[in-house]
Amino acid sequence: MAREDYEIVMGLEVHCELSTKTKIFCSCPTEFGGEPNTHCCPICMAMPGTLPVLNEKVVEYAVKAGLATNCQIARKSKNDRKNYFYPDLPKAYQISQFDLPLCYEGYVDVETPEGEKRIGITRIHIEEDAGKLNHDEYGRGSFVDLNRAGVPLIEVVSEPDLRTKEEVEAYLRKLKSIFEYIEVSDCKMQEGSLRADVNVSVRKKGATEFGTRTEMKNMNSFRSIVRAIEYEANRQIDVIENGGVITQETLRWDDVSGKTFSMRDKEDAQDYRYFPDPDLVEIRLSEEYIENIKKSLPELPESRKKRYLEDMGLTEKAANFVTGSKYYSNMFEEASSVCGNAKSVSNWIMSDIARILNEREEEPDELKFSGKELGELVTLIDKGTISSAIAKKVLEEMFKNPEMPSKIIEAKGWIQISDEGAIKEVVAKVLEANPQSIADYKAGKDKALGFLVGQAMKETKGKANPQMLNKLFLEELNK
Amino acid sequence: MAISKEEVIHIAKLASLNLTEEEIERYSNDMTEILEFANEINSVNTDNVGETIAANEKYNVFRKDEIKQNVDKEALLQNAPSKDDGMFRIPKVIN
Repeated sequence: MAREDYEIVMGLEVHCELSTKTKIFCSCPTEFGGEPNTHCCPICMAMPGTLPVLNEKVVEYAVKAGLATNCQIARKSKNDRKNYFYPDLPKAYQISQFDLPLCYEGYVDVETPEGEKRIGITRIHIEEDAGKLNHDEYGRGSFVDLNRAGVPLIEVVSEPDLRTKEEVEAYLRKLKSIFEYIEVSDCKMQEGSLRADVNVSVRKKGATEFGTRTEMKNMNSFRSIVRAIEYEANRQIDVIENGGVITQETLRWDDVSGKTFSMRDKEDAQDYRYFPDPDLVEIRLSEEYIENIKKSLPELPESRKKRYLEDMGLTEKAANFVTGSKYYSNMFEEASSVCGNAKSVSNWIMSDIARILNEREEEPDELKFSGKELGELVTLIDKGTISSAIAKKVLEEMFKNPEMPSKIIEAKGWIQISDEGAIKEVVAKVLEANPQSIADYKAGKDKALGFLVGQAMKETKGKANPQMLNKLFLEELNK
Repeated sequence: MAISKEEVIHIAKLASLNLTEEEIERYSNDMTEILEFANEINSVNTDNVGETIAANEKYNVFRKDEIKQNVDKEALLQNAPSKDDGMFRIPKVIN
């Protein structure tokens, strides 16, 4: 059988660091980085005799995340201990949630090439992050930094509803975008504040039973996730096609070799011996509490998209693109209100801004200028002060030096020439230098006009008003 | 309900304990007895009792999300058997 005869079945466990000021069970800061073991106290270092106290914001943020992903919210919930030994886990158990997660039975709708698809969310629970192990190349040992130990996480567990790597990426981007909008996490994958465990299995198309799954842990870039899924699904299909069986195991994806490696064998099958943490008390949420959080939720991407389509005249593609990131969407709204040309703003975001970010290998949250600057840029084009060719140069400049476009134009001397007399002179000069083009145009070759306009642009370093150039050339040529 | 020797070996492995044959035998008997003792609770009639999810009657004990930091780093690391660069030094971990 060929690869096309198989279906890939995937589920994701997404870990997302919450952007609270302090850790989940103690008052240490959650700030990323810092000298090793300086964001620590006896509680997050698991000194004997210390007791955890739950951060109220962690519950609030988790409930927000649940409501924004259409989850049910538990009225009664608790924390449980997940027991395992690893040097980055100082208590030898992680405080997590087992049978009574804060949120359950939700979903998000994602855009796929075949249209919208609903991805089920089994549950969202709260838990603490582990510390970080550093290794040195001299083999002197490993070094434990507990700054991250106790940073609050939500784990979002999806149903095994994902079938293609495109769906996985769309689902992840959707979660990232929602959590950014509701401001419960900064979702910086480069800092590990959003990472995913991917469960992959394959089965013959039409089969009703799931195949045996493998789990790839702690993936933290879209690119690695997509590559890893592709590799792992093909590996499983090859094993089955060659008469083998898939073993349920945890795998490590290696980005350099582009392969997966077994981390633990089946014999060590995890048995976490969950039990309720006796150091913590029950969490009870009232209807009023949940209702208040519901009211505090900002406008979500779905609703913004609807508004962009219906009120601002964007295309489906543009509306999806712009709402895909809170940063794009906020910039779009601000810029549109400044210049009143939503369509043009969305085009700038989709094409040039996205392209430059991509070239710089940056994410929209790293944009240094705001909608105010972009709005002015569009206004300057619409008023004819600069051409769109110059605007592109101004935009490049804004990435380096986030000034108002009018200031950049002034400093660089890029103001468009719209003075008819000045342009007439250029037109005359270009025509004189290119008699062949005149002859070509008169012979019916319309392309010659484009060439002449191009020459005039070159002559004015792109500053001539293109509409005016066109008009004046035509006047001269048709004399 | 009896705890078999295999179960004792499994639990010991999870707890990173090495047990001798005699210990396995002894713990198997001890744990069986403990379970039997705890099983007595199953004879209580709970028909009209709501589900208990925590042993403590208190609920919603929360902390404000405010940074408090007044711990000396030296003090935190003072009992570490081995340390380097402000970190706990441990035998090399692979993976």
